[in-house]
Amino acid sequence: MKEKTMPGNHIEKFLRKLGKPLVKFICGLGELSLFIARSVYNSVTPPFYLKLMGKQMIDIGFYSLPVVALTTIFAGMVIALQTYSGFSSFGAESAVASVVLISVTRELAPVFSGLMVAGRIGAAMAAEIGTMRVTEQIDALVTLSTNPFKYLVAPRVLASLIVLPILVLIGDIIGIFGGYIIGVYKLGFNPANYINSTINGLESLDITTGVVKACVFGFIIAIMGCYNGYKSKGGAQGVGEATTNAVVSASILILVFNYVITELFFAR
Amino acid sequence: MSDYKIQVRNLHKAFGKKIVLDGVDLDIKPGESLVVIGGSGTGKSVLIKCIQGLLTPDEGSIKIDGTEVIGADEHVRDGMHSKMGMLFQGGALFDSLSVWENVAFGLIENQHMPKKDAKNEAIRVLRQVGLAPDVADLSPSELSGGMQKRVSLARAIATKPEIIFFDEPTTGLDPIMADVINDLIIESARGLGASALTITHDMASARKIADRIAMLYHGKIIWSGTVKEMDKTDNPYVCQFINGCSQGPIKVEV
Repeated sequence: MKEKTMPGNHIEKFLRKLGKPLVKFICGLGELSLFIARSVYNSVTPPFYLKLMGKQMIDIGFYSLPVVALTTIFAGMVIALQTYSGFSSFGAESAVASVVLISVTRELAPVFSGLMVAGRIGAAMAAEIGTMRVTEQIDALVTLSTNPFKYLVAPRVLASLIVLPILVLIGDIIGIFGGYIIGVYKLGFNPANYINSTINGLESLDITTGVVKACVFGFIIAIMGCYNGYKSKGGAQGVGEATTNAVVSASILILVFNYVITELFFAR
Repeated sequence: MSDYKIQVRNLHKAFGKKIVLDGVDLDIKPGESLVVIGGSGTGKSVLIKCIQGLLTPDEGSIKIDGTEVIGADEHVRDGMHSKMGMLFQGGALFDSLSVWENVAFGLIENQHMPKKDAKNEAIRVLRQVGLAPDVADLSPSELSGGMQKRVSLARAIATKPEIIFFDEPTTGLDPIMADVINDLIIESARGLGASALTITHDMASARKIADRIAMLYHGKIIWSGTVKEMDKTDNPYVCQFINGCSQGPIKVEV
């Protein structure tokens, strides 16, 4: 055939190279959408595996407390320090308490908790479900008339949705406390004044956005962990890939949705 | 009630361009033990997964007790699964659960048996497959490969299924343990009066457990008959496979 020398063929070749990953990406997006739809449907219809959900809540919530506490306390501390060094030239030290309050409750506590839990729990979910997939344990569930979405995915999604907001509320308190430590013990503010301006600055909207973000992040973490685990294949390497993908995609999505939610609440 | 427990007609399944099943016809009568033999990568596992509904075939019909299962809704499928048990090649035991919880899984989750009764039943089934009661509280990872196979077999038969699938039951076991598993398969299938569909390439095992043997090659069933007929057949494919010759009509795709 002479076709090979025609210039149109190069364009076609180029388009093919471009098209293949694009088609793959769109297929993946479709797969993910179906996965999310099935997960949500199976999370809200009986039977519910409450015991498994409880176990997940302890794993996700209780055992994440140390990392969430450590990250938020240092975040609160560093914000207090930076605000002071940034604003002291304008003579606005009094702003430290409210800046700490706002940044911790609106941004730092939800985002840091989300990222930490994504690393801790998203990875664990992907690894566990991925191993179950490659060792045929998920097939075994189906042959034992148990829906893997109800048995594996729903408890994780529901537990994350419930637990992440609680973690963030705890992170709020600890983060503000971190700011207090620096403000009072390092910058020499009056403790009563600091607490006063914190309480005066407290607005329900700040807490609400943090909690809304936490719910969304929890959902993202569980879905990305379960989805990547569920579709993993090819033994140990596949499970490793699934774990990496779960953490990376969840982290990126958390940052993206953090912006989107902030825009929804605060952009006027 | 249909004459056949499982009836497969014109089953097609392809992955991308790779055609795995190309028009499989298969019948299994109630209480019959059918063994499907065939080389590695000939689609034996895909066949079994299609019948169980773990994979959706591209074309064809699968009837269980006369009920079409392809495209059936979840309710029908659940009912179908509760009639089935499966022994997975790698055991596929739930490693987050103890041995007895594995065996009793179907009893607790689907038949809603109280935990205490389920545990007793699990221990009874474990004894049936030759495992002592003190194994019950161990975790599956603490068991040897042969013991894991037995636990998996116990899990497959605990719900008293009407159809049991065996996916390469003797692969990876020493010859003696393999024979023990063969005996257990025969015992448990006969004991329950269940139909059995086994896929294997272990001819010793196939001869022992089969009422009837079918050979899968290039996505089709190319031969089927009893063990006696198999030994007398002049089908060159079957002869080559059962004698394990590298020369013959079957070309190994390297």
